[in-house]
Amino acid sequence: MTGFLEHLVSGLASGGIYGLLALAIVLVRRTTGVINFAQGEMATLAAFGCWTLVDHGWAFWPAFGATIALSFAGGAALQVVVLRPVERGPLAGILVLTVGLMLSLNGLMAWIWGGAPKRFDGPFSASLVTVGGAAFSKRDIGVVVASLAVAALVGLLLTRTKLGLGLRAASASPAEARLAGVRVGAMRAAGWGLAAALGAVAGVLAAPSLGLEPNMLQTALLYALAAAVLGGLDSPAGALVGGLLLGVLLDLVGSYVHWVGGELRPATALAVLLAVLLVRPAGPLGVRRA
Amino acid sequence: MPLLELRDVEAGYGGIRALDGVSLSVEEGDFVAILGANGAGKSTMLRAICGMVRTRGDVLLDGTKIFHRTPEGMARKGVTHVPEGRGTFTTLTVLDNLRVGSWVQRGTSTRDLARVFELFPSLYERRNVRAAMLSGGEQQMLALGRALMARPRLLLVDEPSLGLAPLVLREIFAVLRRMNESGTAIVVVEQTAQLALAAARHAFVLERGRVVLGGDAAGLRLDEPVRRTYLGY
Repeated sequence: MTGFLEHLVSGLASGGIYGLLALAIVLVRRTTGVINFAQGEMATLAAFGCWTLVDHGWAFWPAFGATIALSFAGGAALQVVVLRPVERGPLAGILVLTVGLMLSLNGLMAWIWGGAPKRFDGPFSASLVTVGGAAFSKRDIGVVVASLAVAALVGLLLTRTKLGLGLRAASASPAEARLAGVRVGAMRAAGWGLAAALGAVAGVLAAPSLGLEPNMLQTALLYALAAAVLGGLDSPAGALVGGLLLGVLLDLVGSYVHWVGGELRPATALAVLLAVLLVRPAGPLGVRRA
Repeated sequence: MPLLELRDVEAGYGGIRALDGVSLSVEEGDFVAILGANGAGKSTMLRAICGMVRTRGDVLLDGTKIFHRTPEGMARKGVTHVPEGRGTFTTLTVLDNLRVGSWVQRGTSTRDLARVFELFPSLYERRNVRAAMLSGGEQQMLALGRALMARPRLLLVDEPSLGLAPLVLREIFAVLRRMNESGTAIVVVEQTAQLALAAARHAFVLERGRVVLGGDAAGLRLDEPVRRTYLGY
């Protein structure tokens, strides 16, 4: 039982990362109709940025804040500079473009920082805390709490602010939004910016346990895509819950089903995804739009 | 100086010319009906005003030529367009739809909301329901209510009658008249000429992209050819 609880918490910690990335993917899809395969590399780049600031003597929290702000600006700029010129083109072409973006960013990171994992301690200590016989890593608990808090903030932003209203209106019907005076282009850029900022949080939270290197979030992105599909691809809440569930499931299966281990985890996620698409293509967690 | 003026406006889709040199003006506080058969260019005219189609010729607001017109830019200048097919955000709630309506305002004022709900009590009852769940009539009311939230100086309404029961349509026109009485200039494109002419102060008849007749709405109602073609008696 204690072992189960331990795996539950560490699964939720990975799941929180998948959930945040999935949330970013859903935001981009809702605002621009695109699945951004570069979301993981963008998050890793942000983590490298934060690491560099800390390496230059910044305290963690100011560095983290600056990273989030820069990521927002960078994500919005990417949308304007790279995506906007082709946004009327065929969707398949745009998807290939985001794959190209992913590979370019990956190469860029390897060129700047090299491929060897960097140690990035992050905000939480790796020490253990024992509750009723079960030992939890403080870092895992921190990651779970932080990702839930950030996801809640995004939810509030979407439902309670004027920017959120504009984002939802622009994604529901761009033509109508324009007639109401909403600058849809700005909303699309803001959607990418917000997604990049969310990714930055995911990247910085993931770096201490995964080890900071250019490929750090590649598997996580696959899980995040699966989580987004679990949530129905259009639901922010569904994406987060999908990420958490997938994180827990993969951790439990990887630990209790011995022949699966670490190597077959991606295949497990694939099996889950396949089953979902077969049974409930719209996502088992509903298609409720926020 | 007229609030809105069109000078020799041309517009087309592909090779087809939908507007072939339209000139007309709308005064501050005016209520104008645009009549005409299907394909006469009525909707294109509204779309041309908002920059939703490419045009030649001039569109002037308060006597100033507006060069690069976009729907969002015109909305900021106080021109609100309710498109054909009752544009609502179907995935958003009624209340959120109305909030988007006040986008060009500083914020959503409770007074404006109260006014919309007073005009359309059924919207108040369904305020937390997604717009997709509304009936056709309620969606048209929501589209108008949303336009009202913007406090427009000029309201362009495209074919509000489309697929609505006569009773609902009468309610829609009653609201348009009340909006007009409180100072909003209105241009309504309508195939149901009877109601439109009864509500409007001025009217223009479009035929193959040209204004062929224009003047006092009451006068046009008595015009023999107009009666025969558009009123059917």
